[in-house]
Amino acid sequence: MSAVQVARTVDAKGLSCPMPIVKTAQAIKEMPSGALLEVIATDPGSTKDFVAWAKSTGNELVEQSADGGVFRFILRKK
Amino acid sequence: MTAPTMEPQVEIAGRGVDQVVEDIPATVPMPASAAEPPTTRDILIINFSGDLEKTWATMILASTGAAMGVKTRVFVTFWGLQTFVKDSRRVTGQTWMQKMLAMMQRPGVSHRKLSKMNFLGMGPWMMRSLAKKYNVASPRDLLEAAQMMGVEFIPCQMTMDMFGITQDDFVEGMGEPVGAATVIGLITEGSAPIFI
Repeated sequence: MSAVQVARTVDAKGLSCPMPIVKTAQAIKEMPSGALLEVIATDPGSTKDFVAWAKSTGNELVEQSADGGVFRFILRKK
Repeated sequence: MTAPTMEPQVEIAGRGVDQVVEDIPATVPMPASAAEPPTTRDILIINFSGDLEKTWATMILASTGAAMGVKTRVFVTFWGLQTFVKDSRRVTGQTWMQKMLAMMQRPGVSHRKLSKMNFLGMGPWMMRSLAKKYNVASPRDLLEAAQMMGVEFIPCQMTMDMFGITQDDFVEGMGEPVGAATVIGLITEGSAPIFI
């Protein structure tokens, strides 16, 4: 496990556009400001989509990494 | 769920966010403008078509708009109206001509036909099979997600009257019918229009 303490994880593995973003938006809505959300996705388009999503919503993309076709994003709620 | 173990393991406590981002082998570089406060305009999708593939596009853009925190409205007119009729409604309309039109294209988000390669439903069936195989959400799922996230679906009064479609024919959560002036008003006030 990563040392990052996430409040919640969204498992979007296998889901195609736009569901990783939709599920993330729904999950982060219920979280307190400043809390970290982890998203695991396999949609290659998500690497660019999460940058755009963070920019548009004002939530912060703290970290993103890729490991063998699995993409991991850490987002901080604004 | 527990996240799968991944390398590299990252320790962010006590470090600045900029440092952290630089440390990560990001697949996409952070844009220089990422630090600027976001400025967004509203989105107005004009859903004119009732074709399956265009319905899909409407639902994808509407749900994504809402997910991105953008105020998103969908003005539903002409063939688009049939998409928002309850799946269970077999026929809409009061006159024989209105009913005939509805008979020729079964109403409901689950009964959309492809604009081409329909082949008596073979095309849509293959399309839905592929979508299922590749885990693409159905127009119905996307519609529900969009509604849950606050997308406003606004029917066109004039085409409702012409096709004999009533508010009672629509799925739950449809807005009050409006006219073209409302659409133009929203666009001139700054909503980005998308015609589908």
